[in-house]
Amino acid sequence: MKPVHYYRCMRGIVWREALRFLNQRGRFLAALVRPLVWLLIFATGFRFVLGVSIIPPYQTYIPYQVYIAPGLIGMILMFQGMQSSLSMVWDRETGSMRTLLVSPLPRWYLLLSKLIAAVIVSVLQAYVFLIIGYFWGIHPPRWGYLTVLPALILSGMMLSALGLFLSSVIRQLENFAGVMNFVIFPMFFASSALYPLWTVKQANEKLYDICMMNPFTHAVELVRFALYEKFNHVAFAVVGGCLVLFAILAIVGYDPGRGLIARRQGGE
Amino acid sequence: MLEVKTQTGDASAAGPSAREAPPLVVEGLSHAFGKRQALREVSFQLERGDRTMLLGLNGAGKTTLFSLITRLYNHRGGSIRIFGWEIQRKPSEALARLGVVFQLPTLDLELSVAQNLFYHAALHGLPRREAATRLKREIERVGLTDRLRENARTLSGGQRRRVEIARALIHRPKLLLLDEPTVGLDVASRQFLLDHVRMLCREEGLAALWATHLIDEVDDEARVIVLHRGQVLAEGPVPEVIRRANATSMREAFDKLTGERLE
Repeated sequence: MKPVHYYRCMRGIVWREALRFLNQRGRFLAALVRPLVWLLIFATGFRFVLGVSIIPPYQTYIPYQVYIAPGLIGMILMFQGMQSSLSMVWDRETGSMRTLLVSPLPRWYLLLSKLIAAVIVSVLQAYVFLIIGYFWGIHPPRWGYLTVLPALILSGMMLSALGLFLSSVIRQLENFAGVMNFVIFPMFFASSALYPLWTVKQANEKLYDICMMNPFTHAVELVRFALYEKFNHVAFAVVGGCLVLFAILAIVGYDPGRGLIARRQGGE
Repeated sequence: MLEVKTQTGDASAAGPSAREAPPLVVEGLSHAFGKRQALREVSFQLERGDRTMLLGLNGAGKTTLFSLITRLYNHRGGSIRIFGWEIQRKPSEALARLGVVFQLPTLDLELSVAQNLFYHAALHGLPRREAATRLKREIERVGLTDRLRENARTLSGGQRRRVEIARALIHRPKLLLLDEPTVGLDVASRQFLLDHVRMLCREEGLAALWATHLIDEVDDEARVIVLHRGQVLAEGPVPEVIRRANATSMREAFDKLTGERLE
């Protein structure tokens, strides 16, 4: 297998993912409506409840919807990451995961391609959200739209890698409600997506510690800072570290020798 | 003569120089899930043009065997070589020469037939133009050219299976595995598949391993491997297996060999 084979294979996987996404228009709309509901309704309702003081990276007082925009982008990335991991579980159940795994390229590469495909789709969604958000008062600096791109990619990869890892371990993941309850909601609410963490710290120190240990908090902060042309070192280190960790766990999970697939196939 | 035989050669021959290596050599293969022994010292060999029916009851170990040959997970004892390439040491070389039709339907129902086939070609690193030529030919051979642009969801079960066979052949493997491919198909679709694979073996020298629990699918021109409780009880051309078992039909031979009755 030559490099050109690797290239064609990844292109094929990305192409399929994009086709699947575009073919399911309902999925595309749902993926957009969710954060928009939060932005248009929730943020409006809460803007007078939560006072937001000046915290980095912002330099002035900001309306609430500006504060939660990066959090909602994080939500898009997380939902997409979980959704593609779900589709992998579904793929495995229906067997199309098997057609992927019997193809000749190394398994880690196939998983990486899957991951990249998922991230491309979620980054596109994030930009569509930002464009709509522009008409709702979210005006980051012009170059912020560019500087946020690497943060979107890195955070998206981290969250998709988490999804991939979960898909290799958890069998009952096909139940999306379960993922919502046990993964998405806890990660989303115990983070800086909806409220600045100093308010959490005032309310409850333990919860604050949990929020700080939540990789999703750092994904959101990385995006928040990057959107305002700033670089958050700590968030970068945590997101990068978690990406490596989750990716390794996912590769182990799908390894034919040690993987959980091997232990699980008890029946005929 | 229906079977094109080549010299078996040294069974231990392996690696890129072994161009004459047999399509599939399974030697002393054992596998267990926890305490349950799924396969016990399974050995057999396929030659070019061989159409071999892997006959066994449900739970005999057929799916485990297929999972190991396709490297869904690693085997614990013994070896599997595809054209001389050990599946665990050289998975890429081995898998590139292998076509598979799985028991479960594996088409992506969100995509069209052509998109499904292009996706498979990409996984095998084929350039798009080449893939287009090949998939036209393969889909024509299964008589579904007019359905190429349609969504896979609109196809019947039998048609989906035909697309899966076409797909398994796009990267031109010389070894084809079929895991109970006719389950749930009507009589006509089933006959089509049997005839198609027979033709592929006879005219193109393809080696095929076809797992089944339906004795009707085992005809006299094929070879048969009787797998029972993880062990190979008999292997060879069907008439020979029947003769050795002192039986008059494959059904009787199977009953005698296993002491159980087949569907």
